[in-house]
Amino acid sequence: MSTAPKKNNYLADGWLVILLALLYGGGLAAVQVSLGGRIAENRKNETYHVIPELVPGAVEAKTEEHTVTGSNGKTIKIYKAIDASGQHIGWVLPGGGQGFADRIDILAGVNADARQITGLYVLGQKETPGLGDYITGSDFRSQYAGKPTDQPLAVVKTDPTAPNEIRALTGATISSESVSAIVNDTIANLKDVINENASTTAPVPDQI
Amino acid sequence: MSNDGPTALERFINGILPENPVYRQLLGMCPVLAVTNGMKPAMTMAAATGFVLICANLMTSLIRKLLKPHLRILVFTLTIATFVTIADKILAAFMYDMSKQLGPYVPLIIVNCLIISRCEICSSKQGIGVSLADGIGMALGFALALASIASVREILGMGSWFGIQVLPAAWPGWGIMVLPPGAFITLGFLLGLVEWIQHRKARKAA
Repeated sequence: MSTAPKKNNYLADGWLVILLALLYGGGLAAVQVSLGGRIAENRKNETYHVIPELVPGAVEAKTEEHTVTGSNGKTIKIYKAIDASGQHIGWVLPGGGQGFADRIDILAGVNADARQITGLYVLGQKETPGLGDYITGSDFRSQYAGKPTDQPLAVVKTDPTAPNEIRALTGATISSESVSAIVNDTIANLKDVINENASTTAPVPDQI
Repeated sequence: MSNDGPTALERFINGILPENPVYRQLLGMCPVLAVTNGMKPAMTMAAATGFVLICANLMTSLIRKLLKPHLRILVFTLTIATFVTIADKILAAFMYDMSKQLGPYVPLIIVNCLIISRCEICSSKQGIGVSLADGIGMALGFALALASIASVREILGMGSWFGIQVLPAAWPGWGIMVLPPGAFITLGFLLGLVEWIQHRKARKAA
């Protein structure tokens, strides 16, 4: 070991780290390619499974998939909830965004004209165990059912007084605010499309 | 060569009981406390941790001669994180419900000290055979520890084991045992028991 520091030492020291990072990155990409479809399939099954919970009265087997373009210009797949008599009763809208720890993915149920939220489900989250992960609990999620969508949801730390207020989870204000912000964004993004005209959206064949 | 450490067989046996990662080294307490409310999540966690531990041990052992001392921890973490991500994806693909139930605890395997300590103590110094034996031994020891705690908690808390009813239906089910306090209580009692057995053994041998 020479005592004089050399400036071009970085590569000599770090080549193994760089090589391993590339190797592992390649390995992970291969895993993602081979398992990604399966994971997406599992998520889709879960989405279908919770549709009757998100839009009360909806029948899982009658759900139609529609591909629409939101206000942000991106195409997104949304789910049209239909009840046993064939009546169109609501929509299930997928959304996602940054939470406290990692990405949070949600499904929001709204009624047919998107004026009212009918339910909320958390598809994926990695919030703090014992605090933020209570966003998946029905105590927290049930607050969203029945909220009007004419104004954005707000998170408060006391008992809600206004109709658009959600009570934050104790010790997990950021997680609560993240979920509410994701719900707001998701609905704001798709509200116009839903109201505009349902007939411009054609059902898409079953595909991943 | 530099094979002056314990042999493969010693490493293997040490991992199971004499140097049990949970009861003797008190490592990996997070999953021990968090996912032992039932046998199914506990055994899934043990399998995922074992997979990462054995793979990381093998990989570290393969590259041990290339490691730079000041960059070794970085390489260990990189290796462990890769295998944890693979384990996470496999769980999400094939055991979706379990993967949702374990939630953030699977990514948290990355910071399980048990794995990085085995890289540091064993596999960065010894050959592949010894590292493999060490990984399997430690994985079994970890699984055994999780199983012991999960058995007590699930049987007392829900009257079942692996979801199968083992106590009569009249058993009230001690709800606290499946809640977080039950984990601390069970771990405390079992640790005390192991310690007591060790002391008895030592006194008999003396």
